[in-house]
Amino acid sequence: MIYAIASGKGGTGKTTVTASLAALWDRPVIAVDLDVEEPNLHLFLHPELTSEESACMEIPVLDAARCTLCGECAAFCQFKALSVMGKTLLLFPEMCHGCGGCLALCPEKALSPGGRELGQIVSGHFRTDHSSSGRAQDAGFLMGRLRVGEAMSPPLMRQVKARLPQTPGTDILIDSPPGVSCPAVNAVMDADVIVLVTEPTPFGLHDFRLAVEAFRPLGKPMGAVVNRAGIGDMGVQDFCRAQGIPVWAEIPFNRAVAEAYSRGEVVARAVPELHAVLLALMARMQGAAATSISTANPAEVRHA
Amino acid sequence: MTGIIAVTSEGPKMTDMVDPRFGRAAGFVVVDLATMAVSYVDNGGSQAMAQGAGIQAAENVARAGAGVVLSGFVGPKAFQALQAGGIQVIQNVEGMTVGQAVDKYKRGELAAAEAPNAPAGGHKG
Repeated sequence: MIYAIASGKGGTGKTTVTASLAALWDRPVIAVDLDVEEPNLHLFLHPELTSEESACMEIPVLDAARCTLCGECAAFCQFKALSVMGKTLLLFPEMCHGCGGCLALCPEKALSPGGRELGQIVSGHFRTDHSSSGRAQDAGFLMGRLRVGEAMSPPLMRQVKARLPQTPGTDILIDSPPGVSCPAVNAVMDADVIVLVTEPTPFGLHDFRLAVEAFRPLGKPMGAVVNRAGIGDMGVQDFCRAQGIPVWAEIPFNRAVAEAYSRGEVVARAVPELHAVLLALMARMQGAAATSISTANPAEVRHA
Repeated sequence: MTGIIAVTSEGPKMTDMVDPRFGRAAGFVVVDLATMAVSYVDNGGSQAMAQGAGIQAAENVARAGAGVVLSGFVGPKAFQALQAGGIQVIQNVEGMTVGQAVDKYKRGELAAAEAPNAPAGGHKG
């Protein structure tokens, strides 16, 4: 099962929740940081990182001697990565989205595939509280880190997701980027369950609404986590009730949580009151995933 | 005086204000200095682009046959494209009408730029 921990608003506690869930998860699990623009899950899970590889996107490279300036590539490109100006075909590699259309179209074979570095894919292992395997570092960790200056995160996110092992029985927890634009949708689109972390403030509610609007068409079970409960107002809870979105957890506003966070600790381990809250959240997520299979694919269930 | 100059403009007339944006300019007033004939090139298509507006605008200027462009802020990719097209860039032109900008150019008061004066992705100032 794939669980995406997302939010409309940034800074609501996605990583705090993801790290706690990963630490407490009672089944084989892989924690994935898909917030590739600013990955920080590793700061709390303290994984042992064992591999780092760079990820590239295919971009065109020009052999000017073969180019006849016919302009077919430039006319096709929707992103102005190629432009015929005067007696030159100009290439703007940073504009390229990697579709490969120009390479396929060029009648003179003047364009060949090259690579633009998107960033790094880092993997390793961390320790859960269950250590079912008997190893000290019993769970998988995977993270994408976008190159500073790179504007496109979804191509890197896709490559990170392609590294996920297809092991049945291993759950995947995705720490998603905030917002509701391409990176956020890319992080939640493959999930079986979406957890929306928000805070009980007008800002939290505003962006929570956007997230519900953006992700509901995906047709996946969604639940809310109200972080810093006790501050602000009841707007988020009222909205959830009206929309039929279950509130799976309320994490009370507590200075001890902020202190543990600032020390890079998993808050569910550091703050005793939170342990039960996060365990209950885990159970509700797993319950929603089980329902999701039976409703999404009833034929499959009958065969099983 | 001869040559064709393009001025980024908020509208089609010489009395319209210079649009200080190059890539996202509303359009270009194109002036043939030999005859002072004026035409207008709409740049609305570039305004609507998610990215690459400067490059598209440079292509539009080149297609209009201009050898010089007058604008406020020109980014690095637009600048590179204009240079490749052999089009001279005059920037920091703003707060005046297209007609006033053309007059300044004709009096030789505007110097060609050697480098772009705005960051990629649009001028934020």
